[in-house]
Amino acid sequence: MTLTLTHYLVLAALLFCLGVYGAITRKNAIGILMALELVFNAVNLTLVAAGRFRPQPDAVGQLFALFVIAAAAAESILGLAIILAIYRRRVVVNADEMDLMKN
Amino acid sequence: MADPVVLALAVPLCPLAAFALTWLLARGRPAAGAALSLPAIALSFVLSAVMLWGQVQAPGAIQADIPWMPAGRLSISMGILLNPLSALMMVIVTGVSLLVQIYSLGYMRGDPGFARFFSYLSLFSFSMLTLVLADNFILLYMAWELVGLCSYLLIGFWYEKPEAARAAKKAFVVTRVGDLGFLVGILMLSLLAGTFDFAGVARFIGAGSVPQGQVTLVVLLLFCGAVGKSGQFPLHVWLPDAMEGPTPVSALIHSATMVAAGVFMVARLYGIFQESADALRVVAGLGAFTAVFAAAIALAQDDIKRILAYSTISQLGYMMLALGVGGYGAGLFHLTTHAAFKTLLFLGAGSVIHAAGTNDIRQMGGLARRMPVTTVTFAVAVLAIAGIFPLSGFWSKDEILEAVRAGGHPVLYMVALGTVFLTAVYMSRLFFMAFTGASRGEGAHESPAIMTVPLLILAVLAAGLGMLGSPWVGRGIHGLLDPAAPRPVLNMGILVLSNGLAAAGILLALVLFGGRAGARAAHARKAGPLYSLLANKFYIDELYLLLIRALFFSLTTAVAWFDRHIVDGTVNLVGGASKMGGALLRRTLSGKIQGYALIITCGALAALAILLAAGLGLFGAWLTGPGILGPGGAGR
Repeated sequence: MTLTLTHYLVLAALLFCLGVYGAITRKNAIGILMALELVFNAVNLTLVAAGRFRPQPDAVGQLFALFVIAAAAAESILGLAIILAIYRRRVVVNADEMDLMKN
Repeated sequence: MADPVVLALAVPLCPLAAFALTWLLARGRPAAGAALSLPAIALSFVLSAVMLWGQVQAPGAIQADIPWMPAGRLSISMGILLNPLSALMMVIVTGVSLLVQIYSLGYMRGDPGFARFFSYLSLFSFSMLTLVLADNFILLYMAWELVGLCSYLLIGFWYEKPEAARAAKKAFVVTRVGDLGFLVGILMLSLLAGTFDFAGVARFIGAGSVPQGQVTLVVLLLFCGAVGKSGQFPLHVWLPDAMEGPTPVSALIHSATMVAAGVFMVARLYGIFQESADALRVVAGLGAFTAVFAAAIALAQDDIKRILAYSTISQLGYMMLALGVGGYGAGLFHLTTHAAFKTLLFLGAGSVIHAAGTNDIRQMGGLARRMPVTTVTFAVAVLAIAGIFPLSGFWSKDEILEAVRAGGHPVLYMVALGTVFLTAVYMSRLFFMAFTGASRGEGAHESPAIMTVPLLILAVLAAGLGMLGSPWVGRGIHGLLDPAAPRPVLNMGILVLSNGLAAAGILLALVLFGGRAGARAAHARKAGPLYSLLANKFYIDELYLLLIRALFFSLTTAVAWFDRHIVDGTVNLVGGASKMGGALLRRTLSGKIQGYALIITCGALAALAILLAAGLGLFGAWLTGPGILGPGGAGR
């Protein structure tokens, strides 16, 4: 059996759903960040696969994936910093307890 | 000789400057207030006299205006139109203002609002002079409303008195009824003619392109303003109540100048009024009716100022009658002489009130011995208004009678003659009751010279002004107002008739009211229901009150119900629905980030589902087309 683009896309979709599911259901804020990483990687997989299966294969897909990784790294740092700041102030890491904006 | 336009502009601007400076510098400083006001009006008077002299030498209209609000096809300009009529009116206004202000120095002495009083008088002079000089409807209407405001301020000058405050409101509201018609008339005219300029409008109407019915309607609407301002029936009810104001104000505003503004307006727009014979008939008829109606009421009043107020209404009716039958010069001549003798009457009444401490002529009596100057001047004014030869009222009134007779209006002529008789009766009644008979006012004394000198000046004018219209001075005032007017002649028939009627009236009053107080009361009893009808002013006020209660209040109650339940209900419904919707939507915003994430995800999925299901749109076509998911791309 040869691997076609469809296989990659299905895998990426599964990975994406897994990530979204985790981001919505996890209580722990760190867990949510990790789930978001899965979403990014699903996108990366799609980009790389799409690049590979172009009529003339080139590195454009991989280039995009690198950019996404860089952005994701920055985003993770920002997210972790916020979580750390909240933890220092309020000693919570659970997202459902972070409801200061309400009322 | 300076530019006449600049001089003419300076006439209203002097009092305006005095008004502004008084409020800026002299609030609460009586001497300073008068010191600003008097020189300003004196200067205005001198300038007005110069203007009038210029017009006598070389009659001719001088117009100057600047564009004020150019708006497309319609350009509103501000400007002045100086012609013999406005020059004459300026001299009357400034002359009466000057004398009244001098008189007020004595009359208002010690009043806590002394400076305020003079500032209002200055503002009034400015407004009235602007009204007189205006060359277009917009400026005329602005000045028209300004004099109304001054009238309100001055009637309510002693605003601590509830009657004064009420009278001020009444004057404002009643004149508003007429002003509404005036405004609608102005707007209709400008809509038709495309300009606000008097001359332009008159040219347009004169061209005859407007249907006669429309012209009549517009002219009658304009006349509504004059009816309100000049206290003509049925809007006369405010003028007697306006007597709550200080007496000098009654003399200046509510007899000589502002209430004559309605007559002046008709005269100023006479070219337009003449285009509609029907409207002129209405003017004449209403004027004649008002003249006799108000004279009859004056017979049974006991308040000295109210008698004079009804007399003013009656005389203004005369002027309207004259204008209505085509006696343009006669009406304005009467306006001029009336300004002199009615101001004199009011200032004399002020002197009497000052001395007797009451307005009620039943409480007065025998003042002649104590107040000789006031009595003599008052007598001159009474004879003048009664129309006794050769005092001023005779000349102008006989001219009106002549004009009515020549105009071929037998009914109006009879009414006018009847009014001559009634006028003589009520004025003599006032004179006999206040000045003759048993003395009652113990503390009464002659007023100071600052008050009697204006009385003497006015007495000379009231006696002599009529000469301007007599055959002995050439064409006199008529040559000025209307170059085509013939030289006046003395109509012996009318002279004998009117003087006979007036003399009969005076004799009747002497018989009825010259005696003791007991006899007077007996006469009143004998007259019975007629007397009470007159004393209650034909129950016009009560009728209005009834109508307002019955019609207006029931209407307003219905409107108020509609407002409270329908309008407010709609508003509350909108508010309530928003509130309920908000309460429902609030549930979705838990403040928990994952809840939002779920909603965003669901939204994105829904959008994707719609795109895919439709199979349309750029993204959908690209996604499902060959190369990606389609057979072309997937096969690799």
